[in-house]
Amino acid sequence: MVDATIPTRRAVLAAESSAWDRLKSNRHWLGYWFMLPALLILFLFLAYPLGLGIWLSFTDAKIGRAGEFIGLENYEWLQGDSIFWTSIFNTLLYTIVASFIKFGAGLYLALLLNQHLPFKALIRSAILIPFIVPTVLSAIAFWWIYDTQFSIISWSLKKLGLIAINIDFLGDPNNARASTIFANIWRGVPFVAITLLAGLQTVSPSLYEAATLDGATRWQMFRHITYPLLTPIIAVVMTFSVLFTFTDFQLIWAMTRGGPVNATHLMATLSYQRAIIAGQLGEGAAIATAMIPFLLTAIMISWFGLQRRKWQQGENND
Amino acid sequence: MASVEIRDVRKAFGATEVIHGVNIEIEDGAFVVLVGPSGCGKSTLLRMIAGLENITAGEIKIGDRVVNDVPPKERDIAMVFQNYALYPHMTVAANMAFSLKLRRAARAEVEARVKRAAEILGLVPYLDRYPRQLSGGQRQRVAMGRAIVRDPQVFLFDEPLSNLDAKLRVAMRTEIKELHQRLETTTVYVTHDQIEAMTMADTIVVMHDGIVEQIGTPLELYDRPDNLFVAGFIGSPAMNLVKGRIKANGKAAFTGPNGVQLPLASAPSHSEGRPVIYGIRPEHFTIADDGAEAEIVVVEPTGSETQVFAKLGGEEVVAVFRERHQFNPGDKIRLKPDPRLVHLFDEATGKRLNA
Ligand SMILES: Nc1ncnc2c1ncn2[C@@H]1O[C@H](COP(=O)(O)OP(=O)(O)OP(=O)(O)O)[C@@H](O)[C@H]1O
Ligand SMILES: [Mg+2]
Repeated sequence: MVDATIPTRRAVLAAESSAWDRLKSNRHWLGYWFMLPALLILFLFLAYPLGLGIWLSFTDAKIGRAGEFIGLENYEWLQGDSIFWTSIFNTLLYTIVASFIKFGAGLYLALLLNQHLPFKALIRSAILIPFIVPTVLSAIAFWWIYDTQFSIISWSLKKLGLIAINIDFLGDPNNARASTIFANIWRGVPFVAITLLAGLQTVSPSLYEAATLDGATRWQMFRHITYPLLTPIIAVVMTFSVLFTFTDFQLIWAMTRGGPVNATHLMATLSYQRAIIAGQLGEGAAIATAMIPFLLTAIMISWFGLQRRKWQQGENND
Repeated sequence: MASVEIRDVRKAFGATEVIHGVNIEIEDGAFVVLVGPSGCGKSTLLRMIAGLENITAGEIKIGDRVVNDVPPKERDIAMVFQNYALYPHMTVAANMAFSLKLRRAARAEVEARVKRAAEILGLVPYLDRYPRQLSGGQRQRVAMGRAIVRDPQVFLFDEPLSNLDAKLRVAMRTEIKELHQRLETTTVYVTHDQIEAMTMADTIVVMHDGIVEQIGTPLELYDRPDNLFVAGFIGSPAMNLVKGRIKANGKAAFTGPNGVQLPLASAPSHSEGRPVIYGIRPEHFTIADDGAEAEIVVVEPTGSETQVFAKLGGEEVVAVFRERHQFNPGDKIRLKPDPRLVHLFDEATGKRLNA
């Protein structure tokens, strides 16, 4: 057999070259060499900060002072901290309400944009504006829109005679929650809408023609054709949407800094406030670490949602 | 089941008219094939019958109801699309049952109808599969099954076989034909393949550039094409068409390029010197001593017959022989058309001249 000669040659090669030479030339190792830069980046910017954050949450580190390991003390302390629990409630409320509305509004917009409209291309690009504008800029714009004295909404409603005094958008706890959620929705809808629109455009028009002949109404077409065919992309886009909303920081920080009376503090903003503003690195890290179980749950849910459906093209998994 | 009547139908997309007044009558239970080259408007016409395109002018009747303003789902027609348009997220059974479910048919009835269609089409083992798990031929059958369960007035097929390989195409051709004989549902079938049209149709409608060139049975079109377009379109290999003039005085004859003399049984009256096109099918040549001399260019044996391409007066013609001649390129042979089977067409209008 041909193979018979190979072991001897290998033996010769091995004897002649050092282990390092082999690492440089071996095909299997070559693959790892190519992955190395990406691996380094992932480690440096993702794994290391994550590990450090988790480690810090078990210490009493403060800014300017390396902490000592104190076990679960930070978490025990947080358990008795009502602001921490409020921030969890706020984050869940913020995420759930905003995501549902973003999904509904995004899907509606996508369906609308998928119709034949005049100036379709123009409208489609206009839809993307909230997504392109830097978050902080839109937050500042909203800040003005919600201003106690100069709010354009209050002004318009007053001119229309609908209200007598300015609405206190960001001063009242519930108003502030609603206002920040609205701002988040405004910012998040384009992403959902454009992604779902891309999904809609992959549905073959002949399916709708076939359904028309089969006697489907517009609603039935949506219910039995569009929606099921869109579920894979809905799973992807909503996973991202939920993750981004849950970890939102910029909008809140620029508009309310968590106020009034912590009514809009999210876990991310509270963590920042405790760790950076107040300098309690350990405690802030513990709050940030407490987000992990929630995020993992969201990811698990979408992981099951993202499983390749039996009907989808591609590799078999049945 | 119902008849279909298409009267003076026109279709314009914006300012461009693509169908210029078409008249077709389709009898109850007939199998009609619309055939024509790509872009001639076959699909557009079919989609107008289905209601997927609106009718710019004219009238379409299904049964005795004018359907111009009837929405597709009330026309009671079923269509098989070229790409099948199967719902990818539904099993074969669900695909077939979809229209019945939308109509809120009783569950037992839905199951019975799906089962019957699956039996007719040999799809019983595949009912729980998804379209992506089927072969092209099976998908094609599912698309037909979806039409059959509806038990519609009219079946519409838009090039249903063009995505299949040659062998499967021939098999499915027979299957569709058998299906029609069994169900006797009025069928309109679109194809650009004249062989498909010839083998399947009761009646063929030849279309070209948005008009109907001729309507007739397959053999009528073959034996007596009304015009040059039909003559050239129907038949494979295509009819030989040679330009020349009629000699009517004395014994009728035809003078082709470079003075080639070809026989005519009779000349139309007042036709001396008239410029015409002389048409003769490849299988209507014989080898005879009084034939016209031709030089062989290529010989293509297919086993059952031999196709011979030869230069006749400088023009290439093709002849088909059932007998096995020993021909080689460069050989001179004498080709004689059967004068009774010659077709004459006016050179200017392309209309048929002889009876
Ligand atoms: N939606 C449309 N808008 C504008 N023109 C169209 C449209 N649909 C079809 N046409 C034009 O109408 C003509 C007929 O098209 P049609 O699809 O009916 O051809 P066809 O005979 O089915 O051809 P094929 O064999 O290639 O399917 C073509 O010239 C085509 O360009
Ligand atoms: Mg077509």
